[in-house]
This record gives sequence, C-alpha cells and structure tokens, in this order.
Amino acid sequence: MKRFLILAMCWGLWSMASAEGLFSPPNLPKAKAGSQCVDNPELMRKQHMQHILHQRNQTMRQGIRDGKNSLVECVNCHVTKTANGDFPSIESKDHFCAGCHQYAAVKIDCFQCHASKPDVIVGGK
Amino acid sequence: MTNQLNRRQFLTLSSSLMLLTIPVAANPPRPLDQPVTSQKRWGLLIDTSKCSTGCDACVNACHIDNGVTGHNRPATDAQWIRKVTVKDKQTQKVTSLPLMCQHCENPPCVDVCPTTASFKRADGIVLVDKHLCIGCRYCMMACPYKARSFIHEKVENQKPHVPRGMGTVEACNLCVKRVDEGKLPSCVEACKNAGHNAILFGDLRDANSEISQRLQKVSSAALRADMGLNPGVRYENL
Repeated sequence: MKRFLILAMCWGLWSMASAEGLFSPPNLPKAKAGSQCVDNPELMRKQHMQHILHQRNQTMRQGIRDGKNSLVECVNCHVTKTANGDFPSIESKDHFCAGCHQYAAVKIDCFQCHASKPDVIVGGK
Repeated sequence: MTNQLNRRQFLTLSSSLMLLTIPVAANPPRPLDQPVTSQKRWGLLIDTSKCSTGCDACVNACHIDNGVTGHNRPATDAQWIRKVTVKDKQTQKVTSLPLMCQHCENPPCVDVCPTTASFKRADGIVLVDKHLCIGCRYCMMACPYKARSFIHEKVENQKPHVPRGMGTVEACNLCVKRVDEGKLPSCVEACKNAGHNAILFGDLRDANSEISQRLQKVSSAALRADMGLNPGVRYENL
C-alpha cells in the first residue's frame, strides 16, 4: 500500500510538472504580431525538427522551395527585435530558439551555418 | 489567289505552327513545389575576349550576394569565384577569365565524398550539403579547378539563403536559389551591369536556348577537357 501511494504521488507530480506552465520556458519572445505558425504550437514544440528535416532534404537535394516549413521563415517570424532595437544573438536567451533550447539543455546545430536573424532587407523590421 | 487553304497548305501550316509551339511548351518554368529534373542542365559560356583584365565585378557581386566574407587572409579565405590571368608564353597573349566551380557532368568532388555531402542536382548544379559535410576536404583535393574552399573560422551574419559554417567545404552554387526563382546568377548579372556581358547563362539541354545556339556556332573550350569531366562552364576565345 505504501509503495502504491509513493508511486501515485510520483505520477501526480510528474503529470503536474508536464502540464503547461510549470515546465514551459520563462519569457519566450513572442513571434511577429499577426502571424500564424505553420502548425499547432503544441505540436510544433515537440515536432518542429521533423518538419524542418523533411523540408531541408527536399530543398537541398531537389530544389523544392514552396517555403511552408522553411527555417528561414521560422526565423523571420520568431526572431524579433529586443527592447534595444537589435535582433538578439543566438547565444542570448532573448533569441526564440536559444531561449527554449537553453532551458531544455538541448544543443542547436542549425545556426552554425544558417542565419539566426532575419534578413535585414527581406525579413527585417 | 484564293483565301481558302487546300489540304496540303493546311497541313504544312498547322505542322509548322505545332513545331513552333512545342519548344515553348516543353520548357515552362518549374513550379517551386516540384523537384528539379534532368530535362535542364544549367551552364555558363564565358567569352574571354569580353572579360576585362582588372575588372572583378563578378567576384565582388558573388561574394556580396552570397555573404562570402573573409579575414584578409588570401591563402585561406573562401573564394567562390576568382579572376585568373593567363599568358601564352609563345605569343605573349594575355587572357583574363573568371574561374568558379565548373559544375561538371562527372564531378570528381562527388566521386570522392565519403558522406554524399557533395552531390550533383538533377539539373547539373554541383552542391555541398553542409548537413552531411564532415570537412574532410577530399573534394578540395579532387577538384582540378581549385574551386572549393574550406571555412576555417566561425561564421556569423550569414545570408538567410546561403548557409555557411565553420568546418564545412563550400563553392560556387551557381546561385541556385536565384536560378530556381528564374533569375540570373549574380556574376552574370554583375558582368552585364558592368557593360562587359562576357558571361552567358542558360540551359544546355534546350537546343533553342541562347547558350546552346551560341555553343553551336562558336568554338569553345572546356578547361582540362582531357579529364573528361564535361564541365557545364565553357570558355570562348581562350
């Protein structure tokens, strides 16, 4: 009985912790106003890499550029200027991707090569 | 003479009209949600007689548009395109030409790549998939044109459409995104704007394209033709 109670408590704690709020990274920057994500945000939080991986091979190898799941578009919407008017560095918590990845302690490789800020001319503002 | 066509005239006229329309219909611009096919092969024809010694408009445009930056260290800085001046020792004739990835039909860089990062797209553009590149630089050794560069240092502020990063190899990508969008590569446009118009870009598979028509008329050369790589870049008046 005691063991069952401990298990039940652990399960209760885990489900509370997994719920929205307790484990969500603090102060994630908001995406560009009036924009709509390519998929349900809940799903994107877990599966954004699957979307990007699929698109990346198609674009790189076959030249398919319909842009729906393009990383450039992710950055254009999600990386917004900070209070001082500059785009945040990928090292900073103010960067949408870095904010969450630092919190989750998952390394991002994308921005070793890809631009982490919107194009000043195309996606800027 | 009457306005009415007889059977023979009608058939001649309609078949010639069909012949006129077929090449146009066979070459529609590719919708961007469709993959590239081998029905096209992109290439360049460079007229060295129009290329001016000392002009580096193509090099500058390429490096600015693709965000190719360096550290003022010419030995190791990336070079997607460079100007080469050659002199015939017998005749003293000096020729200036731009040299970039030659987009070979049989690219040695693709042959030697251990991770398939180096690949040729169906339309003939030779690219490096940096997701797979491990920076071994075999391709750099295999390329007879010294077209590829290695990125030695961390890169920041890349252009969104041209990812570049430390530890990977890169080269001219024939401005693949611009080409996909139906635009000319940066070097071609810059050469045109500089008033030289020495570089012609087009589809080598389309017999009616300007580049194919010109290649049929003038004598042109592939660099290191002895290697049988069949480059997509050819030189005229070399």
